[in-house]
Amino acid sequence: MSFVVPKESYSGKVYEVSIGTEKVANFGGESMLPFLSFDGAVKNRPLIAYEIQDIPPDDWPDTVKKVYEGVSSNPVDWAKHCQDKLGAKAIALRLLGTHPDRLNTSPEDAAKTVKDVLAAVSVPLIILGSNNAEKDAMVLPAAAEAAKDKNCIIGKAQEANYKTIVAAAMANNHKLIAMSDLDINLSKQLNILITQMGFDKERLVTDPMCSALGYGLDYTYSVMERIRLAALTQNDTTMQQPLLGDVGMYVYKTKETQAPEADLPLWGSLEERAVAWEMLTASAFMIAGAEFLIMRHPRAVEALEKFIDELM
Amino acid sequence: MALSGVEIFKMLPKTNCKKCGHPTCLAFAMKLAQRQISIDACPDVSESAKQILGEASAPPIRPVTFGAGDKAVKMGEETVLFRHDKKFLNPAAFALEIMDTATDSEINSKVEAVATSEIDRVGQKLRIDAILVENASKDAAKFESVVKAIAAKAPEIPLILSTTDPNAAEAAVKAVADKKPILYGANESNAEAMANVAKTHKVALGVYAKGLDALAAFTEKIKGLGVSDMVMDSGARTAKEIIEDNTLIRRAATKKTFKPLGYPVINFIQRDNTMLETLLAALGITKYSSIIVISSVERWKNLALFALRQNIYTDPQVPMQVEQKIYKLGEPTPESPLLITTNFSLTYFIVLGEAENSKVPCRLAVMDTEGLSVLTSWAAGKFTASKIAQFIKDSGVENEISHRELIIPGYVALLSGSIEEKLPGWKVTVGPREANGLPVFLKARA
Ligand code: B12
Ligand code: SF4
Repeated sequence: MSFVVPKESYSGKVYEVSIGTEKVANFGGESMLPFLSFDGAVKNRPLIAYEIQDIPPDDWPDTVKKVYEGVSSNPVDWAKHCQDKLGAKAIALRLLGTHPDRLNTSPEDAAKTVKDVLAAVSVPLIILGSNNAEKDAMVLPAAAEAAKDKNCIIGKAQEANYKTIVAAAMANNHKLIAMSDLDINLSKQLNILITQMGFDKERLVTDPMCSALGYGLDYTYSVMERIRLAALTQNDTTMQQPLLGDVGMYVYKTKETQAPEADLPLWGSLEERAVAWEMLTASAFMIAGAEFLIMRHPRAVEALEKFIDELM
Repeated sequence: MALSGVEIFKMLPKTNCKKCGHPTCLAFAMKLAQRQISIDACPDVSESAKQILGEASAPPIRPVTFGAGDKAVKMGEETVLFRHDKKFLNPAAFALEIMDTATDSEINSKVEAVATSEIDRVGQKLRIDAILVENASKDAAKFESVVKAIAAKAPEIPLILSTTDPNAAEAAVKAVADKKPILYGANESNAEAMANVAKTHKVALGVYAKGLDALAAFTEKIKGLGVSDMVMDSGARTAKEIIEDNTLIRRAATKKTFKPLGYPVINFIQRDNTMLETLLAALGITKYSSIIVISSVERWKNLALFALRQNIYTDPQVPMQVEQKIYKLGEPTPESPLLITTNFSLTYFIVLGEAENSKVPCRLAVMDTEGLSVLTSWAAGKFTASKIAQFIKDSGVENEISHRELIIPGYVALLSGSIEEKLPGWKVTVGPREANGLPVFLKARA
């Protein structure tokens, strides 16, 4: 019995998304499951963006907060630090201060922050709201306008608020993240609603909702695998958008990134554990199909980039 | 090769006698073709048909076990490529590599690290599963003595004995044969002698051939030499080689029922950079490795890898869950606080752990929400005020306690009013959102 290489050839492929104007970054575009180069062409490396905020990261645990001490009191310094010192290929600015439970800053404040950050860096910018559906519907249009023609990614449009956000991304020439609640059908549905408004399906990024290692990772992992398979095998144009894993905000809520070794000696070094938690969460989603990741800890990013080198 | 239902049907007695529990022979044949039952269920099938069908209906990846007793490691038997199709069965095993050239104290501390690696997570006991002893010295006597020393120090830990020298293999395997180690590795140049050692001592054989063509031919050769329990090494060492070879092997075995590659896979991923090694191990967990050989077992690394393995190998259809009941923490008195949560294992064990941390004795009412977390079950209408009220009434807890106060998770604070309406005489107190706020919260009340 001789071995015949069981290759697959797919009818569909993932759309390639290109962001930024001065420096450009690309992701997606492949026609096979992650890293299986015998089945199709590997177009791009997965892209990792560094996450920053418009307000100091008081809610981040010490393990990752202290890495940005001295720069994180101001988003412009923080963004420059990521670009110049850490070699960030893209930066994700989360406008958390606009959340009604935070500083409740105005859409105009947010727009100014976006302008300042854009003026300070040349790598592509991802602009994220505070995840308050109502407030995002006001903040993100202002932010999108402030970044007009800079080819950013705006996010996240959800079922509850997508209309104004989609319109703003379209009017100002941006890409867009569509986020739904961990369900392949909801994800498909939202992408249909958004494209029905005239938004180009090839300018969308799908966030099927992230989760952390040990806390729901299995669900996100399988939803991603199923979306990627639907894109390739069924040539389903509502599933062919690149996938986002917004890992930092889920990972750094877990106890594993916060509990000191003194309290839990069996868990080992807190410092290393936190980095490993973020890095493994991101790697699992990348293997499941995510082409785009938003992360926090430079050591986690660095290790993941090395891993990607070995996978390419 | 896999047989179709009709092909199988032709070999059955065709009497439709129903003894197999199926209405017709054809129905039984269809189940057999999908590997959902065993041929043994039909008492009347001929011996010759049984042999053909037994082979065809065997799992596409051969089950192989190593180690003895409670800590024996089961591998193989997987039937799918994606966990959403069917639960992955036998979790990848982690094996720590120990060189026979290391000093006694290095060896001791590594064995100790494996022996004490066990951690409880979500009700499961997880550990570094095995030790691989590497014959780096190329000295047969040295190898044998190190293997013996490790087996004496940690008699329960399953072993993989790694050498290409048949003499070293014979000596070492003989010394610990009752522990059912894996002998790794047979290759083109030592195949007969190594197969002989494995056969004599009835242990599984690790086989190495570079590339999948050569590997497929080589497992056939070893099988011809009388050894059928194998683990395979295709020579893949980089991340790219591992994901590609492992995927092709799993595809060939499960989709094409290609028997020569239908054995568990061993991957060697040791790296000087332990973060990178951790990522390679994650690749092994997600992409079809049965044994992952690592060079270090830091506690933080173990915890992260155990969590990932647990996530990937959990049943995607049925969340892990615990029994609905009132659990007693410590020795609660009638005055002790009563808390409520859902029966999703993860939720239960986190809340249990934190409540125990508080050292305050209490009762934890765990409600059946079909294994959904607090917010998910609330959103799904399974953790509602009326269901909670009903559960509390039916549980009989009112006979055990002297107070009427229920502490609910902070995330469902908005339920407090309606629970009070449905449970007359009760007071609902909103607890912290995250369970890690419980120690402070409970202590402050005590
Ligand atoms: C994994 C997941 C799922 C899984 C199910 C997992 C499971 N077994 O429960 C799946 C994919 C099936 C799912 C489905 C849905 N989900 Co869901 N899901 C999640 C996710 C990502 C993680 C949930 C989890 O495992 N948490 C971990 C456990 C341990 O948390 P927990 O039970 O809340 O326990 C913590 C605290 O509550 C506290 N605690 C617990 N008990 C107690 C008790 C006391 C006394 C105290 C003081 C504290 C306390 O301690 C724990 C740790 O701190 C969350 C988002 C997120 N990141 O939280 C969404 C989330 C819970 N889901 C959500 C929704 C809406 C749904 C769906 C309705 C929608 C859909 N996608 O179809 C369905 C409903 C299910 C159905 N119809 O069958 C929403 C809920 C929104 C809301 N606020 O109502 C969330 C928050 C996502 C979001 N939109 O932001 N989901
Ligand atoms: S027991 Fe055997 S002979 Fe009887 S119905 Fe089932 S398959 Fe047919």
